[in-house]
This record gives sequence, structure tokens and C-alpha cells, in this order.
Amino acid sequence: MALKMVKGSIDRMFDKNLQDLVRGIRNHKEDEAKYISQCIDEIKQELKQDNIAVKANAVCKLTYLQMLGYDISWAAFNIIEVMSASKFTFKRIGYLAASQCFHEGTDVIMLTTNQIRKDLSSPSQYDTGVALTGLSCFVTPDLARDLANDIMTLMSHTKPYIRKKAVLIMYKVFLKYPESLRPAFPRLKEKLEDPDPGVQSAAVNVICELARRNPKNYLSLAPLFFKLMTSSTNNWVLIKIIKLFGALTPLEPRLGKKLIEPLTNLIHSTSAMSLLYECVNTVIAVLISLSSGMPNHSASIQLCVQKLRILIEDSDQNLKYLGLLAMSKILRTHPKSVQAHKDLVLQCLDDKDESIRLRALDLLYGMVSKKNLVEIVKKLMSHVDKAEGTTYRDELLTKIIDICSQCNYQHITNFQWYISVLVELTRLEGTRHGHLIAAQMLDVAIRVKAIRKFAVSQMSALLDSAHLVASSTQRNGICEVLYAAAWICGEFSEHLQEPQQTLEAMLRPKVTTLPGHIQAVYVQNVVKLYASILQQKEQAAEPEAAQDVTQLMVERLPQFVQSADLEVQERASCVLQLVKHIQKLQAKDVPVAEEVSALFAGELNPVAPKAQKKVPVPEGLDLDAWINEPPSDSESEDEKPKAIFHDEEQRHAKQRQPEAEEEELARRREARKQEQANNPFYIKSSPSPQKRYQDMPGVEHIPVVQIDLSVPLKVPGMPVSDQYVKLQEEREHRQRPEKDRRRRKKKDKDKRGKPRRHSSLHTESDEDIAPAQRVDIVTEEMPENALPSDEDDKDPNDPYRALDVDLDRPLADSERLPVQKHRNAETTKSPEKEDVPFVEKKIKKPRKKEKKHREKEREKKEKRKEEKEGEPGANTVTAAPEGGGEEPRREERGDEDEDGDNERDPEKASKHKKKKPKKKEKEERPKDKKKPKKKQPPGEEAAEPVENGALADEPLPPMSSYCLLAENSYIKMTYDIQGSLQKDSQVTVSIVLDNQSSSFLKGMEFNVLDSLNTRLARPEGSSVHDGVPVPFQLPPGISNEAQFVFTIQSIVMAQKLKGTLSFIAKNDEGSTHEKLDFKLHFSCTSYLVTTPCYSDAFAKLLESGDLSMSSIKVDGISMSFQNLLAKICFHHHFSVVERVDSCASMYSRSIQGHHVCLLVKKGEKSVSVDGKCSDATLLSNLLAEMKATLAEC
Amino acid sequence: MIQAILVFNNHGKPRLVRFYQRFPEEIQQQIVRETFHLVLKRDDNICNFLEGGSLIGGSDYKLIYRHYATLYFVFCVDSSESELGILDLIQVFVETLDKCFENVCELDLIFHMDKVHYILQEVVMGGMVLETNMNEIVAQIEAQNRLEKSEGGLSAAPARAVSAVKNINLPEIPRNINIGKPLLPAPACGA
Repeated sequence: MALKMVKGSIDRMFDKNLQDLVRGIRNHKEDEAKYISQCIDEIKQELKQDNIAVKANAVCKLTYLQMLGYDISWAAFNIIEVMSASKFTFKRIGYLAASQCFHEGTDVIMLTTNQIRKDLSSPSQYDTGVALTGLSCFVTPDLARDLANDIMTLMSHTKPYIRKKAVLIMYKVFLKYPESLRPAFPRLKEKLEDPDPGVQSAAVNVICELARRNPKNYLSLAPLFFKLMTSSTNNWVLIKIIKLFGALTPLEPRLGKKLIEPLTNLIHSTSAMSLLYECVNTVIAVLISLSSGMPNHSASIQLCVQKLRILIEDSDQNLKYLGLLAMSKILRTHPKSVQAHKDLVLQCLDDKDESIRLRALDLLYGMVSKKNLVEIVKKLMSHVDKAEGTTYRDELLTKIIDICSQCNYQHITNFQWYISVLVELTRLEGTRHGHLIAAQMLDVAIRVKAIRKFAVSQMSALLDSAHLVASSTQRNGICEVLYAAAWICGEFSEHLQEPQQTLEAMLRPKVTTLPGHIQAVYVQNVVKLYASILQQKEQAAEPEAAQDVTQLMVERLPQFVQSADLEVQERASCVLQLVKHIQKLQAKDVPVAEEVSALFAGELNPVAPKAQKKVPVPEGLDLDAWINEPPSDSESEDEKPKAIFHDEEQRHAKQRQPEAEEEELARRREARKQEQANNPFYIKSSPSPQKRYQDMPGVEHIPVVQIDLSVPLKVPGMPVSDQYVKLQEEREHRQRPEKDRRRRKKKDKDKRGKPRRHSSLHTESDEDIAPAQRVDIVTEEMPENALPSDEDDKDPNDPYRALDVDLDRPLADSERLPVQKHRNAETTKSPEKEDVPFVEKKIKKPRKKEKKHREKEREKKEKRKEEKEGEPGANTVTAAPEGGGEEPRREERGDEDEDGDNERDPEKASKHKKKKPKKKEKEERPKDKKKPKKKQPPGEEAAEPVENGALADEPLPPMSSYCLLAENSYIKMTYDIQGSLQKDSQVTVSIVLDNQSSSFLKGMEFNVLDSLNTRLARPEGSSVHDGVPVPFQLPPGISNEAQFVFTIQSIVMAQKLKGTLSFIAKNDEGSTHEKLDFKLHFSCTSYLVTTPCYSDAFAKLLESGDLSMSSIKVDGISMSFQNLLAKICFHHHFSVVERVDSCASMYSRSIQGHHVCLLVKKGEKSVSVDGKCSDATLLSNLLAEMKATLAEC
Repeated sequence: MIQAILVFNNHGKPRLVRFYQRFPEEIQQQIVRETFHLVLKRDDNICNFLEGGSLIGGSDYKLIYRHYATLYFVFCVDSSESELGILDLIQVFVETLDKCFENVCELDLIFHMDKVHYILQEVVMGGMVLETNMNEIVAQIEAQNRLEKSEGGLSAAPARAVSAVKNINLPEIPRNINIGKPLLPAPACGA
């Protein structure tokens, strides 16, 4: 034995610790993966050992490997073992590993519930803290529901360290278990005024996070936050609150008015940039929410803009970035204030930092006006040139287009200029945004009728130099513009100066290297051009010229017919045949132009992108109604032949029905097709594989023109956008006299106004610049009766939606948190909370959920009934003022035990219940009626071995370990005793005090007569006769929980202590001193602590022979074995080691380290329990207690 | 909310990876790599904010980072956090590390990842800022260390002796001088 120990510790010396692992990995740079897999094998060996220190070390190493990307979920169970270690050192390692790798999909996570609960109620604040921290990372809906009440209790813990953690984790609990929000909210709100700044900050944090998602529910907290804002000095808290106000003000403008002043003061006074920045942000939000009517409105805006300017001008890039970010918010509502700082923004465009340049670009979008658009775009264009081949350049390009096209081109006064800009942009090599430019060209040409002539001339030039645009690279996205160019030239061919030249340009062999969809447009528009040329020539009576054109077509079209792109090929074939036919007609001198043009007659109108969606459903049309009744699936098999026959009949009917409308349908379809075919917006460009041309036959002989790309494209006759800048200046110059006159008038009016610079700036941008040409921007067509609504669909999966609940509505009884309460207080009132916890807790595996729900439903029904019958009891949300040794309270049904149905929960075994005082039974009488219903159907469970504590499917009856201590007309006391492994020889007594009167109870003091063996832990300095004050007061109808620690010498015998609770009851008539005597019963069971044990260790323990033995037998047991085990686990703090058929081994440990092993066997109607324990007296006492419990079954 | 806290060195080697939202390990590594490439190409004198885009949570999220000697500290946060506040928080975190490790350098993070996690746990919990007062953080850490010591620590005396022996053959530790460079300049600047 001793040798083995020595050997074990020597082995341990050579176990790698974390540092060794890290060092090893660093020394094996070449074969790291191999080394790590070797280490993982070692870790697996270490995990198999019993020594918890070895396990913890292994888990610690796994956590490191997890960081390197190794999946360690296979060790989840070992992690749980380490989590349940009694030493903080190990526990912390376990929880860290769990927080890194547990998630909702981890199946063993269900096993942690009780361990976490135990740790949460641990007397050591760091055990609790580490459990809270871990839980915050892997809380699941089940854990949240089961532990919500425990955590809520911790929110009132005496240690601020625990309080702040408990408060923070509540947010996670709310997210996973939204039902907990309303019951927990009052306490959360209380914590806003917690004396500890950390707790206060945590509460602010949580409420801000909640309010951000559903601000309207938190408006009522505004006064409280306002108070905090004016009183707090913690910048973190201030920032959070100020951010929260930013979210609230849009909902309540009055709040905004109140905020302006303190916020402005803060802006002036604070030295913390972070705070200043958030203040400015919120002032902006306030100003946005206030439509008008603020006296100092513009002053505040000016203040913000000034402060932001300071930020932007700061050398700290971070401040510059944030300044620009905030500026863009002001821009949305007060563009003029921002426009004054255009210089600054443009300057930022030159910044070396891309984040800042992008922000500046965003700002520019809102800063343009008719006046400065040309100038700004010129500046941007120069940046485009500089930013060769970067994503930033693409960003610039889209921004230029966004800026120009915003609000239906409202800032563009000269569309010639805009077309030129677009043409200039086509010089960009390798941009992805060719289609954007193309779309703009099409849009402008279609909607601005006046510009068509100019556009066509530009586009024909572009087509003429197409080889330049589409030059070198097929990858070049810019060739998309040729699509637009071809279409515009074709569609508006009547404006072409030299149509024939353009036609030739479009028929060049090089065109076949373009992507298929562009070629297709080329082919189609070549015909349009051709038609218009024919018409021209025929009108001019030049039949030869017309025939020449036809000849050109016949010669060139075959190159498209050979295209590998189906669309091109098909169109080209059709067109070629058409042209050949025309050629024949022309040979006979038949005039054809008229007919050919007729192919393309008609004007195109732009259609709004959303038009299709907005077509109203005609009256009487139900889109969801079946056109034909669906075949019913109820026909049985033998009816099949009949069914077939039937089916046929149906089919006939099906055909007949739409017949009536067939014409109408065909007509509509036709109309729609035409609309789509003609509308550029409906053509979806799909870039075809670009290298196709290489595979095409005869590609070698196509002359490829080499182009010197360093020469900037300067197409003859193509105006460059710069010249428009001059033009505009000239125009402005001409308009100036008039403008001046106007301005003078204005100045007279507002003499006492602001600095002149601003006013002049404002007026200038206000003024319109006369457009260069009359522009008629055709608005996009919408279907008649279009619905104006833009229904914004909210994401139904949004996790925050569930938290959108009214927090001010008084708490309904059905919504309280799953709380364990004393049986009498439990009552009637809250169906939901009761069922949820106990059912769920027992059921570990997800697949059992269904059952759970069914059970819940049933329970609910019963409860409702109960509600009608039962007397209204005090509804209590218990609170533990001390964190130590607290077990969660859950509710239970009072009548259960009378059934002989002693409620036990197998997992939550750290509680126990003692004999129930007779008094209680009386109270519970009225509820007896329901009992039979609640009884679980006795089930025969499967005979498979069950893992430690795991349960079969059978639902268990609810259990509680709280039992009545004493009661009078004022107060009722229920208690529970719980041992803890951490501090041997100490137990914690949790007492729920329930005020049953209409008086206010205060000054409560708890005292017991210490025995030699058992002493109450009293505050330092107090004598053994002093009582311990209860750290709370009880308003009428409220209950709360207090905890008291007792030190025990010997635990082998049960004992009773006499005690008194004294208190002052105060009501309208005055206050009286009252007291209530009780007898506190410490059973032997209460010294046991549920401790998991594995079968091999268990076997060793039994073999060791150090244990004394004893046994009992109880007859007349009707309960299922499953429930029986559950009861023993719950009430006597045992855990199941192994279970085979109707035989199970169980284990527990006393607070002083006695091992207790049980073998429970179930016969027909009896149960025998063999026990082994290191102390014979303890064992016999325990078995006697157990016998009493079993006898009730 | 803070979505993730990543610490990696100038070569992209992770030193601390803490996600507050579930990602499979390979995605975590990918995010670390991508984040590293994003921050790597940024000069030290440009702004510390990055729009993370699709990296973690979409446009609502930002990467806020600081570069200390050989290490990058990157926080991925959503719009509910104050940008400058998080920058301060990173400073608080690093200064706390500095206090707990006494002149913290990359080596400390390499060999004591667990301790760094424990320190972080006192600063940020479940993605929310828990404590910003450095003295309070350090006090809690020290209390826990004392508790651990009283329990005898993870590897009690014998293992420590062995570890000392193992430490002897460590000629390559100074190989990379930078790795031992203190993260903070000698007099820690105020947050």
C-alpha cells in the first residue's frame, strides 16, 4: 500500500505540467502535431487515474491545447469531475476548461446542474465566483431555468464580489430563459442603487444591454438613471447610462429635453474623452429625436459639431475616427452644420489610415449639395486615380455613384457632366463595379430624356473605343459598361450622328471576345441600329447604301452565330435569317425599313425595382386558396383502383377550370414577357466563363491590337468631366449678381443672427444652381394601386425578441421564478414555476423533453384546479442574505407526503427533509382531493445499469427538503440543513421566514441554546446567549431566507436544539414584541453530503474491510424502484453508483469524511438496504432514519 | 457585449483565446488568423478600430485592439460598448497582468495561460465588463492565489522540484529576446 503510494507520487513527478507541455511544444517545432498527439495520449492516461490532482493537471493542459485549436470535447466528463473537486485550485481549472469548451450541444452539461448549484451556495465566495464565471460562458436554457432562482438569490449576497457576478450573469439567464426576466427584474432594479459601485455598475450594464434591444420597456427607469447620471462619478457607469439614454430618447422626447443640460455640462467639464464622446453622441440622439421647439437647439448642435471638430483635428487617430463616426450621425438630420466642415472631411480623405478614409467617405455622402457636388466628385476622382487597384478604390467608385445618384439625382444639375464622370470611371482597370457604372448609364439615359442625345454620342464613342475599355483583360469587370453602351446606342439610335460607324464598331471581330451576355446585347442592338439606318437610307432614297449595310450585316453576323454562348448564338441566327430575308426583299426593291423598325417600336419606361412586389392583389383573388382541391390522402389501399379513376376525373376538371381565363392569362404572360424583355432592369447579367474564346476555332486569326495602357484614355470628341467644373463656375458667375441681391436681402433680415460665416454658408447651399439643361427626370413607374407600405420584416429568430416584455405590469403569479419554497407558502398560486424545476431537473437527457412537457401540462391543469380550491397562501420569493451553504428552494406540493409519496429528487441530494410536524398536515387537508391525480403511474423501469445519478424516463414526484420548524399567527418558519465538505464539522441551516400577518416584522433575532455538541456560530464578540440578528425585515406577506451556521462536534447521533425567534411586529395599532419557540432537529442525514463515486473506487472501498455493516428491511412498498432511489438520493443525500435491475449501490460521505455505502435491493413488495460505514453508530442511525422514510413509500 | 478577446503575438501565435459565443475550434483558429492578418498590416500610429465585417457578428461589431511590444490584444465588441472605454479596458487588463506577473512579458502569457484566464475572468465575465478598478481586480486575484496556496497548489512540492530540474536545460529561452520584452514601458502609463 505504502509502496503504491510512493510509486504514485513518483509517477506524478514525471507527469508533465502545463509549463512542461508548453516547453515541449516549443522544442518540437518541426513535429508539433506529432508531439501534441503524444501528449494527448498521456493526458488520456492521466485522466484515468483516481487522483484528482492528476486529473486537474491533465484538464489544465487540455485547456491549453484547446487554445491551439484542438477539440477537447471528448474530455467533457473529466472536466465535470474536476469541476466537482472540493479544492478551489482544481475546481477553478475545471470551470475554466468548461467555459472554454462547453456549449449547448455538450450532452454531459446536464450533469453539472447540481454541482453548479452546490458551488453557487458554497460558503466560500470564490467557489461561488468561479461557478458563476464558468456558468456565464456555457449557460443553456435548461441550466438557466434550473438555476435562475439560485442566482437571483445570490444577487442579494452579502459579498459584493458575488453580487456583481450574480447580477451580470442574470443577463445570460434572461437570454436563455426569458420567463425569468419579469420575476427577477425588481431585484435587478434594486441593485442599481447598491452601495457597492461594482454591483451598481454591473446592474447598469445588464439593464443597458436589455434596454438596447427593447428600449420602450425601460422608459420607466429613466428617472432612476437620471439620478444616477447626476450622482455617479464612475465613468464606466456614466458611459453606459449615457448610451442608454441615447436609446431611450427617440421614444420619449421630453426626456431628451431634460437631458440636454446635464449632458452639455458634462461635455464642458469632463476630461475623459470617452465620456465626452458618448455625451456628444447622446446629445446628437436627443437632437435628432426633437423635431423642433428647443430654444438652445442650434447652440447644442454647434457645441457638438465644435467638439467633434476638435476630435477630428486631434492627432490621435482614434479620436479622429470617432469624431467622423459621430459626425455622420449629425449629418443625417443637420447636414448644414456638418457641411461647414467640408474642408476637414476632405482632408481626412488623404489620411493614411483606411478606416478614417472610409469614414470620411461616408460623411461626404451627406455633405453634397447642388453647389459642391461637382467639386467633391472632382476631388474623389483624383483620389480614384491615386488609389490604383485597391479595394479602397472600389469603395471610392461606389461612393461617387452613390453620392451622385442619391435622392433621385437631386444634386445633379448637369447630366452631361455626370455622363462624362461615368465615362471617365470606365478607365478604371480591374474594378469589380463595372455593372454599377453600366446601371447608372442606363438609368440616366432612360430617365433623363434631355440627355439622351449626349449620352448616345458618348456611348457610341465608347463603343468605338471598346477595344480600349475591354482591352487586355477579360477579367476586367469594366467591360460591363459596353453592355450599357450598346443598349443605349441601339435603343436611342435616332440620336446617333453616324449610325453606320457605330454599327461597324459593334460588328468588329474583337467583340466576340466579350462575355456572352454582352455579345447578346450587341446582337440585339445591332438590329435596332440596322433598322434605323435602313429607314434613314430609304428616306434619303439611297437603296445602294441600304443594301451595303445589309451586306455588312450578312458578312459579320456569322461570327456571332458561331458563339459558344447559347443566347448569342440563338439571337444571331435569328437575326442573320431576318437580314438575309431583308436582303432578298431589297434585291426586289421592296421597301422594308418601315417593317423592320416596327420590330422595335414603342417607348420604354423605367419601372421601379419594387414595382412587381407592390402589385396589389386584385379583389376577390385569394392566393392561398386551392385552385383545385388537393387529393385527400385518406383513401385506403384497397380503394386504389377507384382512386385512379377518380384522379383522372379530377384532372379533367383541372384543365377545364382555367380554360375560361386562359386567354386572359396568355395575354398577361405576353405583356409581362414583353415588359421584362424590354426593361433593362430585368436583364440579369451573369458573367460567363471568361476564357471561352480561347477554345473557339479560328481565334488565332483575329487581329489583336496591342495597346499601350500607360496612355490615359482620351477618346476624341469625348468631353472630360473637368471641363464641367469650369462650365459650372461660369454659370455661377453669371448667376451671381442675382444671388448677391438675394443674399443682401436676407442679411438685412437676420442681423442679430449668428456669425456671418455660418449664415452665408447656409444660404449658399440653400440656393439652387440653375440646371445646365432642362431635365425631366422620369420617375419610375409603379403599378396602379401600389401599396405604399414598406413592410419591414423582423427576424422571428431574434433571440432578443423574447425579452421584449412589459416590465411595469405587476408580476402575475404564474410567472414567478421556479422557486423552492416551504410547502405551505408554496400554494396554489404559481403553477408554472413549480412544475418547471422539479420535472426538468430530474430529467437529464434531452430526448426526455417531450415527456417533460406533457408532465408540465398535466401539472398545470392540476394546479389550476388547486387554485380554485386552495386557500391563498403568501407568495414568497425567497432570498438568501448570505451565500453560504444555500440550496435552492423549490416548490412542492403540500399533499404529497400524506400520500406516502415522499418527494425526493435523486440529483439534488444535498438536502434532506426530516419528520414533518403534525401541524402541517392539518393545513394540507383541503388539498387532499388532488392527490390521486398526481400520483405517478407505477412503472417498471428498464434493467440497464444506470450511471451515477442518471435516471430512467419515469417522471418523479416533486420533492422538497424544507420542513416546518414552527409557526404562529405572525410568522412561519421552515428549514433545511445542509452540510458542506469544505468546512468539516459545520452545517448551514437555511430558514425561510414567512410573514403571515398584516404586520411589518422587524428586529428579528434568532437564538438557540447551544449544546456541548452543537453550537450556533455567532458574530465575533457576542456571548453564547446572544441571538443572531436576521439581516432583513419582512413586510406583510413576504418571505425571505436566512442562514445560520452551526458547528458540530460529533455527527454520529441525531440531536435537537431548542431555540427562539424574537421579533417586533408593527402594524397600524402599534408594535408588539413577539417570539416563537422551535426545536431544531439535526438528523444524521443532514451531515451527509452528496458525493459522486465511481464503481471501481466503490468496489475498493468495500473490499478494504474497514467498514462495519448493518442492514434493514422494509415491507409493503408499492413505489417503483426508480422513485425509491430518487427518494433516497434526495432525502438522504446519496448518489447512485451503479444500478442493475432492481438492485443498486449508493454512496455518500459525511461532513467529517465517513464513507457510507449502501446496497439497495427491491423484492416483490419489500426493500432491503445493506449499509457499510466507517462508523457503526452513524450507520445504524442513518438506517433508522432511512427506514422511516421508506416506510412512507 | 464583448464577443471575443484574442491575444496573439507578432507572428499570429495565439496566447489567449476567449470567445463568449460558441464557435467550433477550427472556426476559432480561423478567426484568430484572419484577425491577425487584419491588424498586422496596420501601422502602430493609425487608429485602433477596425470594422470586423463578416468576421464575427456582422456590421454591428468592431475590432478594438492595442499592440504592446510583441503582443496584440484584440477585443471584438458590439455597438453597446464605448470604443474608447474598451481601449481603456485593454490598458487596465494589461496593467493588471503587469502587476500580477511583475513586469509582464510574452513569456508569462506563454507559460501561464491559465493564470491569464483567471485574471481576465475578474475583468470580463460572460462578455460583460465585470470590474474596471485595477486595485479591486488585483485584490481578488491575490486572495484567490492565497487560497490556492493554502490548498497546496496544483502541483505540490515534489513536482515543483522536478520542474526546477527540467528548467535547467533551457538554453533557448533567451533565443528570442523579444519574447521577454516587457509589454509595458518601465513606468506604466496611466489608463
